[in-house]
Order: sequence, then C-alpha cells, then structure tokens
Amino acid sequence: MSWFAGITQILLVLALLAAAHVPLGNYMARVFLSETDTRAESVLYRLTGVDSSSQQRWRTYFLSVLGFTAVSLVVLFGLLRLQHVLPLSNGKSDVPVDQAINTAVSFVTNTNWQSYSGETTMGFLAQMAGLAVQNFVSAAVGIAVAVALIRGLMRSNSLFIGNFWVDLTRSTLRILLPLSVLFAIIYMGLGVIDNLTPDQVVHTVTGGTHAADAAQAGSTITQTIPGGPDASQEVIKHLGTNGGGFFNANSAHPLSAPSALVNLANIFLILLIPSALPRTFGIMVGSRKQGWAILVAMATFFVLSLAAVIALETTTTTPASHAAGAAMEGRETRFGVIPSAFFAVATTLTSTGAIDSAHSSYSGLGGAVLMINMMIGEIAPGGVGSGLYGMLIVAIVAVFVCGLMVGRTPEFLGKRIGRTEITLASTFILVSPALTLIGTAVATLCPGTLDSVLNTTSAIQSSGHATAQTAQTATQLNPHALSEILYAFTSAANNNGSAFAGLDANTPFFNIALAIAMLLGRLVPIGAVLALAGALAKQTPAEASPGTLPTHRPLFVGVVVGSGFVISALTFLPVLALGPINEGLM
Amino acid sequence: MRTITAPALLQASLLGLRKLDPRTAWRNPVMFLVEIGAAITLILAIADPSRFTWAISIWLWLTVVFANTAEALAEGRGKAQADSLRASRVSVDATRVLPGGGTETVPASQLQAGDRVLVTAGETIPGDGDVIEGAATVDESAITGESAPVIREAGGDRCAVTGGTKVLSDSITVTVTASPGESFLDRMITMVEGANRQKTPNEVALGVFLSVLTLIFILVVLSLAPIASFSGAPQSLTVLIALLVCLIPTTIGALLSAIGIAGMDRLVAANVLAKSGRAVEAAGDVSTLLLDKTGTITMGDRQATDFVPLGSTTPERIAEAARLSSLADDTPEGRSVVTLAETEFRIDAAGLEAYPEAEFISFSATTRLSGIVLPVREQVTEQDGATSPAEVGAHRSARTRSTVVEVVGRTGAGASSSAAVGLAAGVAPLRRTVVKGAAKEVIAWARDRGAEVPEAATAEVERINTGGGTALLVAEAVGSSARVLGVIDLRDIVKPGMAERFATLREMGIRTVMITGDNELTARAIAREAGVDDFLSEATPEDKLALIKTEQAGGRMVAMTGDGTNDAPALAQADVGVAMNTGTTAAKEAGNLVDLDSDPTKLIDIVAIGKQLLITRGALTTFSIANDVAKYFAIIPAMFLLAFPGLGALNIMGLHSPASAILSAVIFNALIIVALIPVALRGVRFRARTASSLLRMNLLVFGIGGLIVPFIGIKLIDLVIAPLL
Repeated sequence: MSWFAGITQILLVLALLAAAHVPLGNYMARVFLSETDTRAESVLYRLTGVDSSSQQRWRTYFLSVLGFTAVSLVVLFGLLRLQHVLPLSNGKSDVPVDQAINTAVSFVTNTNWQSYSGETTMGFLAQMAGLAVQNFVSAAVGIAVAVALIRGLMRSNSLFIGNFWVDLTRSTLRILLPLSVLFAIIYMGLGVIDNLTPDQVVHTVTGGTHAADAAQAGSTITQTIPGGPDASQEVIKHLGTNGGGFFNANSAHPLSAPSALVNLANIFLILLIPSALPRTFGIMVGSRKQGWAILVAMATFFVLSLAAVIALETTTTTPASHAAGAAMEGRETRFGVIPSAFFAVATTLTSTGAIDSAHSSYSGLGGAVLMINMMIGEIAPGGVGSGLYGMLIVAIVAVFVCGLMVGRTPEFLGKRIGRTEITLASTFILVSPALTLIGTAVATLCPGTLDSVLNTTSAIQSSGHATAQTAQTATQLNPHALSEILYAFTSAANNNGSAFAGLDANTPFFNIALAIAMLLGRLVPIGAVLALAGALAKQTPAEASPGTLPTHRPLFVGVVVGSGFVISALTFLPVLALGPINEGLM
Repeated sequence: MRTITAPALLQASLLGLRKLDPRTAWRNPVMFLVEIGAAITLILAIADPSRFTWAISIWLWLTVVFANTAEALAEGRGKAQADSLRASRVSVDATRVLPGGGTETVPASQLQAGDRVLVTAGETIPGDGDVIEGAATVDESAITGESAPVIREAGGDRCAVTGGTKVLSDSITVTVTASPGESFLDRMITMVEGANRQKTPNEVALGVFLSVLTLIFILVVLSLAPIASFSGAPQSLTVLIALLVCLIPTTIGALLSAIGIAGMDRLVAANVLAKSGRAVEAAGDVSTLLLDKTGTITMGDRQATDFVPLGSTTPERIAEAARLSSLADDTPEGRSVVTLAETEFRIDAAGLEAYPEAEFISFSATTRLSGIVLPVREQVTEQDGATSPAEVGAHRSARTRSTVVEVVGRTGAGASSSAAVGLAAGVAPLRRTVVKGAAKEVIAWARDRGAEVPEAATAEVERINTGGGTALLVAEAVGSSARVLGVIDLRDIVKPGMAERFATLREMGIRTVMITGDNELTARAIAREAGVDDFLSEATPEDKLALIKTEQAGGRMVAMTGDGTNDAPALAQADVGVAMNTGTTAAKEAGNLVDLDSDPTKLIDIVAIGKQLLITRGALTTFSIANDVAKYFAIIPAMFLLAFPGLGALNIMGLHSPASAILSAVIFNALIIVALIPVALRGVRFRARTASSLLRMNLLVFGIGGLIVPFIGIKLIDLVIAPLL
C-alpha cells in the first residue's frame, strides 16, 4: 500500500468532482427552473393524466410522495413474492415474506439494505424491473423533495412548492437516466459485466480453495461464475446513492468492480450528484455564495472524516494487520487500505451504503467514525437530494441558535425561523436518532438477537480478565456485538443501507424492525421537509442588511459543521462509548 | 443597574420553593423533568439510602429551586414598581357629570368608558380619558417619574390624561376612555409584575427547540438502560437520572423565563410601557426606523445661523438690523436672531425696554413680515458711499464709527437728552422701519418704497433654501429711502451626535428614514447633514402609512414614533409603534409601546433592549448545549469504567471516582444556573455592531467558553467533594 498512490487517487477524484459540479449543478438548476416539458415527458404526462403546469401545496406534494411510495412498495413486493411464476427469474424461488417486506422498503426508501444475497435470491426480472427501477425513482424522489425545499426558500407569498410528478419525471429522465446510460457504457468498457447469462460452472486453472475436499471426492475442481446485467445497475447504484449490490459482495465483487479504476469511478459517481446539488440550490435561490457555503460545509465534514479514517486505519495495529503488513483484513488487495477508506467514507457520508470493504474489519475507532458519518444524518454530501435537504435543515437549526445571538429573529435566506419552522426542523433532526436508539435498545432486549450477532465472545473473557463466574452470570459481550446491532439500525434509520458485516439480519425480527426504521426514517423527515417548504414559501422574505446573520461566511460554515457534529455526538456518545469506542480503547 | 440584595434573594428563594408546585412547574418542561427526576431519586434515597443517592437527590432539588429563584428574582424587581403604581390607583372618588347637568360622586372603579368627570385642582384624575373642556396643569410623576407638571387641555394633541395623575391647578372635564381594569395604569402594573406574561414568539420557538433536545436526551437515556445491560454494564436508575439532568438544557431552561421578565423590566427602567412582549422582540428585528425630523433629528426650532450682507452693507449692519427687527419677535426663530447677533456678531445693545416709543409690526398672514418702527432724530450723512442712517447701539463696541443718528428714546443721560431735544425742537422725527420676512414679501415691500433690489438677494435666498435653510430678507426704510440689507439664514439644527448614531444603526443593519413636512430641497439637505439613509419630504399621514406598507412589503420591519391622532393609523401599521405619552389617546391606543418620557430618540434604545433580549437567550442556549460535552467526559467514563476499564481513557479530567465524577457534574449543572442569574437578569452586553462581529464575539464567549468552563468547574468541584464521599 502506497501513501502516495492512495492520496493521489483521492485528489484525482476530488478534482474531477470539483470540475464536474459546476456544469452539472447549472444543468440541474435549468432542469427545475425550466417551464417547458420535453416531448417524452409530454407523452408520459398525457398517459398518466398529470397536468404538468399545475402546482401543489405541500400537503398534496407529500401525499403524492406517499402515494408513489405505496405503489412502489406494492409492485416491488409483488415482484419479489411472485418470482417463481414470472419470467426471467432464472430459477429463483419466491423471497420470504419478511425478507420481501424488508427488501421492498429498503429499495423504495433509497436505503438498499440487503438482508439477502443477490446471486442466490434475485432473478434478473426482480433485479431489472424491481430493484433497478427503484434505484432510479427513489433517488428521483430525494431530488424532488430537495427541490421542493429550495422552492420554499426561493418563493415568497406562495402556497405552492412545485409539482411532485414533474419533479420526479424530470429528475429521472433528464438527470439520472442520461448519466446512467453514459456511464454504463463506460463501465462495460472497463470490464464490468452486463449480460443475461445464467450462472456458469467452470473448471478452474489453478485449483480452488477446496482442492483438498475436491481431491478427496475425486471430482474436478469447479467454480460457479454468475452472470447478469450488472454494469447498467452498478452505475445507478452509485449515481443514485442507492448501494444495493447486484452481487452479495457488492462493490468488492470482481465482476462488479474489476479494477482500482472502477473503484474510483464508483466513488466519483457516489459523490457526483450530491456535491453538485448545492450549486443548483445556490443558483435557484439566486445566491451562488449560499451554494458554496453549503458545499464547503459538506466538504469540511468529508475531509475531516476521511482524514480520521485514513489515520486510524493506517496506524491501528492488530495481530492480523501486523502479519499482513497493513490492515488488509476485509479489504480487496486490488484497492488497498486508503482507497478502501475513501470508499467507506463516501458511502457512509452519502446514503449509498455500497461497500468495497468490510466495515466490520475497520479498527474500533475507525468503525466509530463510519457510524458517526451516518449518525450526523448523511449530509456531507449526503444522498441525492436527501443530503442537501438534510444539510439545509442543519443550517436552519444553526441559524436558529446563532441568529438569536446577533439579536434578531433568526432568518435563513430572508425567511424567518419561527415556531413552525423550528418545530419541523427539530422533528427532522429527532427522527433518525430516535429510530436508531429505540431500534438498538429493542434489539438488545430481544433474546434472539444474540444468535444473529457474530462476535459475541468478549475480548475481556478471552484475554482472561474476567473470571469464569462473571462470564456465566453477567454476559459481558464483546463490544463489537453492540457495534454490529448499532450499525444496522443507524444504517437503516438514516437510509444508508451499508452493513457492518457480521450481523445475520435475515431474521423476522431484524427484517421487520429494520424495515420500520427505514420507512419512518425516510418518510417522516420528508414530511417535515415538505411542511417546512410550505411554511417558508408562504413568507415574505426579509431584506438582508448588515444586521442579518450572513449565511455564506466561513464563520457560519464553521457553526453549521460544529452544531451538526455536536448535536449528533451528544446523542450517540453513550452508545458509541459502549460499542466501537470501547472496542477501540480496549 | 440594580444589584441583587440579600433580602431580595431570600425572598426570591422562598418564592422559588413555592414554585415547586407541579401544577405550575409543568409549564417549563425542562425543569419539570428535573423535578420529576429529583422526586424519583428522593424515593430511591429513602428506599435504599446511600450517601451518593442522597447527594444526587438533594442537588437535583437544588437545581429546580435555583431555577425558580431566578424567575422569582426577576419577578421581584417589577413587584416594587407595581406596588408604587398600585398605590396611586387606590380608591379615588370621581365627580361624574350627569347627562342632564349636575354632578354626583361615585368611586372611580365604577366609571365606564364614555362617562364624563369633572376634576378640579388637587384631585386625582379617576381614569384614562380625553379632556373635553378646560385646561389644567397635571402632575404625571406617578406614571412618568417626571416631577415637572404638564399642561393638558381640551382639543389638539395634548388632551389625553391618565388615571392616577393629579390636577395641580384649574379644572377640566374629562371623557373617560378606559373601562375599569383596562386602564393604562392597570396594564402597566400587569406588565411590570410579569403576571400573565405571554411568551413571545421567539421564546415559544426556542421552547420548542429545547423540548425536542430534551426529548432526544430522554431517548438517549432510556435506550442506554437496556443497551448498557446488554453490554454487561448495567446502570442504576440514580445514575441514569443524573445523566439525563446533565444532558437536557437545564441552564437555559432554568433561566429562559427570567430572561424574558428581565427584558421587560429593562424596558420599564427605560420608562417605556410595552403593551406586549412581542413588540419588544420585534424591536430587535427592526430594519427601518422612521423618525420625524422635527424634535427627533433636529432641535425642532429653526434657528438663525448666519447673517449675509448684501451690496455694501457690512456684516455688523445687517446683524444690527436683523436684531432690531426681531427684538419684539417672541418666536424661537426671532429669539435666535437676537442671540446670534449678540453672540456671534457682538452686537451688544440694550433690550426692548430701551425703545419705549418703538412700534412693532407683528407678523400677519397677509403681510408675512414682522419688524420695528423707530423714530430717529436727524437725517443721515453720507457714509460708506450709501445712505446709511444708523449705527445704533454700537457705541460701546470697538467697531463704533461716527454715530450720526441717535435713536430716540435711548436710555442713558445723553441719549434721552438728545431725544428730548429733537422732539422739543419740533423737528418731525424721521421714522426708521426695519422688517424681516419671507423673500418675496420683503422684496415687494422694498420695491414699494423705491428700493432697488440687488440681484444677489434672490441668488442668496436660493442658495440658502437649496442648502436646507430658510432665508429671511431684512430690509429697512428711513424716511423715503429703502434698501434690502441682507439675508438671515435660518436653519433647523441637527442635534449633536445624530450622524454618529445613525452610522451605528446602519452598521447594525437599520436604515433610518427621516419624515418631514419640508419641501424636498430642504429635506434633502437636512437628511445629508444628519446622515439619515433616506427621507420622505412634504409627508402627509397618508404618505407615512404608504411608506410603512411599502417597506413591509419589501420584507422590512418598521418602527416609528408618533403622538398625534393623525399618526394613529401609521402607528398601528408599524411593527413597532412607539407613542409618546404626551400624545393623544388615539395615538397611545394605536402604538404597541408608549414612551413615558415622550422622547422620540428612545426608539434607538428600545431596539437595543429588544436585541439584547434575543442575544441573551441565544447566548445562554449555546452555553447550555456546549456544556454537555464536558459533562459527558465526566459521566460516561464514570458509568462504564467498572465494566470496561479501557474507557478510563475518556476520563480526561482525572476525576477522583465514578461517584465523585457524576456528582460533580450534577453540582456543576446546578451551580452554573446560579452563576448565570446575573447574566440573565442584566442581559448579555449588547454592542452596536454588525451581525458577523456580534456572532463572532458571542460564539467565542458562550460557545467556546461553554465548552471550556465546565471542564474547569467540574474538576474543581471534584477536588472539593472527593474527600467527602
């Protein structure tokens, strides 16, 4: 592992993002400010009976989101449950009810938590018509909601915040689809598979790992090579910050990410839209400086988090890392420690949840940072759309406290943050921590949980500190066990979808509990954001003056980063202390 | 600033104990939660006594008591004031005028709006109302604290009287406008007492935010119980309650209500009566101040600032003539001409009494000039190359030239004798007429008397008028010859220091707009001189109202002052309308603040009070949240150290033991409330600065300070209590 190579790769990706966010941000602003529909859109609207010129109040907009979500859930659940009778299933059986519920919720909420293994559970139809479709539209919903909030900020004396169906259609057809097509072709060129070939059993050249067993059985050594339309799904998986892998090994799978270059391209796609949306926001509200401030706040979180994870992963020594010369446990050798850390930070600071390394294998404190990334609410740069609205909410809360300190009713972009606004912003902030903490607490109370957890053996016991007696009476767990559960609920409640590895989440309890966390973690914040957009749109904006708190200066950006961090840290410190921090300090 | 005295503190503490009653305590959710925690730990301490549990319970109770004491202290300050106000309300008898004539005596408390009462010298006015007949001097010190009596008279803008004030002379008939219990005095008492205090919008919003934070921390602690047990580090209920109390924003929760009451108290101390707390908060948000020019920005009276001679006239002559013309002019303008002549031009002469035979031309709407007619003894000799009739009264000055004309009637031996000689000689006395007035009229007057008006006259008048001044011409006629002597430059003088005040306001983001009835040229010049950002000239009340609406439509909050009935609509429309106490009842009803001192510049102080109120809340909220970081570093290692020795690394303060660490955090949490009571009552110091620099300063003090202070505080407390546990 070379420091130079790792850092160079990071800088390369960040430079490309810096270059790409300007034209993409401008383009997305044009998409949502445009008054005209494309021909394809017009046809679609005529077929579905949407009046693209009509505007919705926030309640109608939210009901549209709920309705769309409900239909998506039913369709996806149906595809999963009826797999054996539907075509193109390549022999896969129906997904069990609890797992189907979990998976449907997971993909509809842009979480893409997978309690199944792609190769063994999903047929091509479910992958293409079910999961991939949700990869597009769940991302589009996120963008639509963010745009609705932007409209709330930019409009004055208005009851309306846009039209959900138009925003959804434009996000999908004008942003996600063209980019996906372009990059899918590039990915195929880079060696990512895309076919409808069923599994192939091939004979290996050098012999598999089970050579001894095979020899004993007297048979030849074979390996099953899966096929599938992966490149087309891989792109939207990252671009839409979805993260649900075609294969169980996700972005570590050699057919999904055959090279270090694809790994970097994945990171680029993960960050592409979320880091361009602040510019879109700046243009739409008529102040690019505001967009920059949001982007800088996101970048600050990102860089700090990345630096922390790289530092922890390259310096923490364990017997395994000592033997391997680096912390290679759970990492792909073709990527290396630093690019893996880069991917891990990108996937947890967005709502992606794809993985190219096992987060469970990170050092205790490194794993804690990855969890904190999600606990902050995935706002740096966050999921497509959800990152922007999450960061704007944090900015609004920061404005609320700071605004008072300059002796005025707090204002953000001229809109007063009064009782209604702070109630909604607080509700948003409250939901994910509540779901994470309640979920984790309930899981620890369930007797079956221990069976799902991989690392139950306490390090204390194994190192002989605890007496046999205490080991019998008080189950002193390895703190890693708590980390596994905490990670699962954090990932679900924040719609991330990455797994820590180690936890067997395909149990009725985890499937249902995590589905509830994902659904509420998605829809309640969206409801709060849309209500906030409605409340803001109604206002007459106050004119900015030197007495107004400027929300584009470094000082304010610092305050946003600080308050975002402190509020999450205060919420999660106790449980982190028992889990990953405890592990890291042992 | 009033300081907190020991008896007040004792009284407040007793009141604080009474406020533990859950029926009132629930209004403050944060502190109510602490109270519940205190009650539970008390039960635990009784059921299973340990020194630790008892200590925690006691300190939790103290936390609540400290919070209640803060509120009681804030309320106590208003109480004394309310008592003195109430004293002036004690049952007064009123003389009610019956519709059919005749009077009856009824208690003031039975007066209804619309009743007419007669109040004579020595009586207390029984209720708020308007004078409809008569005029009287009234002692309003009960309300305003100002001992000098004021005149209240029927009609016009000085007709409003306030119940509880005293008529000193004469008698007036008053129509009562407020029903019992709704009078000005009643409202004032309610306000200073802080009773039935309505929470202001920002306070409500902050309350919501604090409740959500509290809810999050409840979840943190509730979920921690099973998670800690699962991890093999079960926690006692006492410890969990201690953690909860330390995490929820108790500091701001405890002081929030005190801050609000103290803010209103500061307003009362500034002699301003707020009809609602909302207005005070709105004052902090104001972005446009409408200020009347006259009396607010300027001294209010036009004053002579210069004499400009025309043609061959010397400065001394124009000064002399101007003074003469104004000797009998008792208006402020006239007096200022005399003063200017005497001070700046050293025209040192006797007053009016020196001219017993002078006749005065008083100002009339038709002539529009005023002046003086003096008999003079003899004709004039050639002087200065022009007919120069007089060098009057300058004989004592160094500049004296030959005195060729003696004005008749001069005092002093020589003068009277010469006058006598003139008259006795039967010489028909020449008459010297000096007039001053508006340019047009004086020019016409001079032309009628054959004078040639120099071109310079009109040019000079034009120059002065465009410069924001008012030009008066001075002309004289001696016998048959007349001439225009020069110009008096009258200006409305801008009060000293106004430009600096407006610059400060601008820095705070507040635009000042000057409202004036002057024409645009004059208004522009004064606006420039005063340094206001904008002006509205030739303003009618309708213009004013329209301006406020425009400003508000542009997203600006408007504050204004007013006193007249025609100001009422604008006062009502403005976000902050400050009515002068001397103003009409209509104005006082329309405004949401009443300035008892009737000082229009006080608007600026009201803005500062409003801002200070918000800043104090924001600062203490930030401090409260920042405090949690250190408390975590005390409590978390203490909770889990036994099960996981590795977490001892988090004990960066090196606290003595788990018990001492948790107790220290709880004690700090209680004591910080006490330490911050003075800040809450006094308010965070407000300096007029830009928002950015205010934020930087307050973040440094309360944000960074809030992070650091508890580390030190908890460590110190731990050092003290460690040996005791």
